[in-house]
Amino acid sequence: MPFGNTHNQLKMNYSAEQEFPDLSKHNNHMAKVLTPDMYAGLRDKQTPSGFTLDDVIQTGVDNPGHPFIMTVGCVAGDEETYDVFKDLLDPVIEDRHGGYKPTDKHKTDLNSDNLQGGDDLDPNYVLSSRVRTGRSIRGFCLPPHCSRGERRGIENLSIEALSSLDGDLKGKYYALRNMTDEEQQQLIDDHFLFDKPVSPLLLASGMARDWPDARGIWHNDNKTFLVWVNEEDHLRVISMQKGGNMREVFTRFCEGLTKIEGLFKEKGHEFMWNEHLGYVLTCPSNLGTGLRAGVHVKLPNLSKHESFGEVLKRLRLQKRGTGGVDTAAVGGVFDISNADRLGFSEVELVQMVVDGVQLLVDMEKRLEGGQSISDLMPEQK
Amino acid sequence: MAGAFSRILSARRSVGILSLVGAGSLTAGYLLARERRVGAAANVRRLYPASAEYPDLRKHNNCMASHLTPAVYARLCDKATPNGFTLDQAIQTGVDNPGHPFIKTVGMVAGDEESYEVFADLFDPVIKERHNGYDSRSMTHPTDLDASKIRSGVFDERYVLSSRVRTGRSIRGLSLPPACTRAERREVERVVVDALGGLRGELTGRYYSLTQMTEQEQQQLIDDHFLFDKPVSPLLTCAGMARDWPDARGIWHNNQKTFLIWINEEDHTRVISMEKGGNMKRVFERFCKGLKEVEKLIVEKGWEFMWNEHLGYVLTCPSNLGTGLRAGVHIKLPLMSKDPRFPKILDNLRLQKRGTGGVDTAAVGSTFDISNLDRLGQSEVQLVQTVIDGVNYLIECEKRLEKGQDIRVPPPISQFK
Repeated sequence: MPFGNTHNQLKMNYSAEQEFPDLSKHNNHMAKVLTPDMYAGLRDKQTPSGFTLDDVIQTGVDNPGHPFIMTVGCVAGDEETYDVFKDLLDPVIEDRHGGYKPTDKHKTDLNSDNLQGGDDLDPNYVLSSRVRTGRSIRGFCLPPHCSRGERRGIENLSIEALSSLDGDLKGKYYALRNMTDEEQQQLIDDHFLFDKPVSPLLLASGMARDWPDARGIWHNDNKTFLVWVNEEDHLRVISMQKGGNMREVFTRFCEGLTKIEGLFKEKGHEFMWNEHLGYVLTCPSNLGTGLRAGVHVKLPNLSKHESFGEVLKRLRLQKRGTGGVDTAAVGGVFDISNADRLGFSEVELVQMVVDGVQLLVDMEKRLEGGQSISDLMPEQK
Repeated sequence: MAGAFSRILSARRSVGILSLVGAGSLTAGYLLARERRVGAAANVRRLYPASAEYPDLRKHNNCMASHLTPAVYARLCDKATPNGFTLDQAIQTGVDNPGHPFIKTVGMVAGDEESYEVFADLFDPVIKERHNGYDSRSMTHPTDLDASKIRSGVFDERYVLSSRVRTGRSIRGLSLPPACTRAERREVERVVVDALGGLRGELTGRYYSLTQMTEQEQQQLIDDHFLFDKPVSPLLTCAGMARDWPDARGIWHNNQKTFLIWINEEDHTRVISMEKGGNMKRVFERFCKGLKEVEKLIVEKGWEFMWNEHLGYVLTCPSNLGTGLRAGVHIKLPLMSKDPRFPKILDNLRLQKRGTGGVDTAAVGSTFDISNLDRLGQSEVQLVQTVIDGVNYLIECEKRLEKGQDIRVPPPISQFK
């Protein structure tokens, strides 16, 4: 968050020791990596747009830990953050993304033809399927750092691009600021409306400043393709539908993203991307594909089984409550999605979800029938 | 289109650059106070014109929004205080919080003492609106901490449950909570705790750092209603005051638990004198004594409080300028509170009601927090006397209503005595 004199050079009047945050009670990736020496070496640096080390780590200083997940504890204010502060972010990325090295290359694959199967997950168990990612517009600062003018610029560009979509993707933009009560209620009923963030993880990084200025939601008329503008990232792109046809969801996802990227390019803009980090987003946890493909699935028996956690781990899947990242599961219905983001392509990740969920449902059916699942235990992927 | 954006891509935004307020050594506070340049403003370069950055305040109802015209914004948006605090930082809380259900909020904060000068074009009209026409350019603020001048001041305890006086003090030369770095905040803690260690007699006490307090200490402080929490009010969190919580925050109180100091919450220090019952006079006596003692102790070490003759004591929120003083009671007024004339009576007496949970709460049952409305333009003695006279009047009214007699709305008392 660009607050305070840690955002400028005043802090240099004090020694690094005097400024070093107290991380003794902290348990997040930033706190594990940031040593006093590293802090001393980086604290006088800033990106060309003026984002400092203290800006990067503020959210991790303010939020020592999270009950369900190991948080990252740092954010980027612009594309250059990942370069200027690589001494901190490379090890954080390595820890968070399963050993991904600074020299590794990331593969992007948005060709849905490369996905095998995925159109027949049992809808008696799989209630809905969803794929989301994020995209950042090169040349603009990211949500923790952008000014009102920049945020509005991003919104304008996005509206322009999205308004050119047609066919199955034709839709409409709803600015948070101008929404009527009816529109708002409809978006809530459709589970599309995003609120001003309440998570302290997001608030502490400054992403909620000036809410709801330049924030909005675009969705297609069929309500299966949705774009959030200026929430945690410049764009969050979501494809979703009821039932278990993940293949259809992913196909629409790839087509929509490719079209949107093309429309931005026509106007002289590109997405932040490089061959090492893939798509660049605000939170280091979303680098690479930024992709979370998931289902809401009923697993009342399997979730009580002692091996549930181990099975998920081996399948490289993650569970959440159906309210999203900060919630717990209710009534045996879980949000199951890929745990990885970076180092695997989009197709590879969706394949893992499709195959993994298929197995979970098979296990659930076994347990329903009172049978064992030990022969179904997967290898570590 | 591409041309405009490649210009933006190649532009370099430089953040405000500042005077160095004395290198390294922080043990001698006088270095910081003497070498600070007041009024010098650095420049902040922007990528977008002011018109593209001007906040959307159409749904807003706070003092900042009432006075921040596009012209004022354009004039001030490139300025920064010597420490680098900018207009956007000052107004962020007001942009993020359009309004409050109970009171018209101020909607802006100071990041340092110089903010009030560098951004005077906006602070002055906000101060004028908030403080009933007080003109900080031409008027002077009286400071008076001579408690012997108080008349009466011991309330009927069938009505008044507790009495309390609070204010704040800022340490000159160190940035305020919205802006301070961790080192600055720790320095505030060090300076104040050091001074408090010198208090004697009924003021002898001890410090409890929020980071180091034990479970038992924490529970005791909660039971005593002394412990302050990490702010949850978005008015405060949006201004950046909760950064690095709970680093360098703490509570000091005397052994009798009647004099209490909060360190690095919404201000550098909040000073509170309180006790159960209705002896507001004694509460104020202790308040004045304690404040003077603390001031003497910091001055011995070369520090001073932020104060000037126009704004009085300088604090984070413009609403607390002048005396920064809120003197109040928790009082039971079951009949008065149902009388439709109650709000008007309070208003004319220059009093304000709150719930007993503090500024963001509503009253429960018929027990109210009644305190002075004003902060600036009248002295501490004058404001406390106003509260005493007003509360006595309210008690008289309650007693009359109990007997079935009628009450009178008093004429409005004048401001700026």
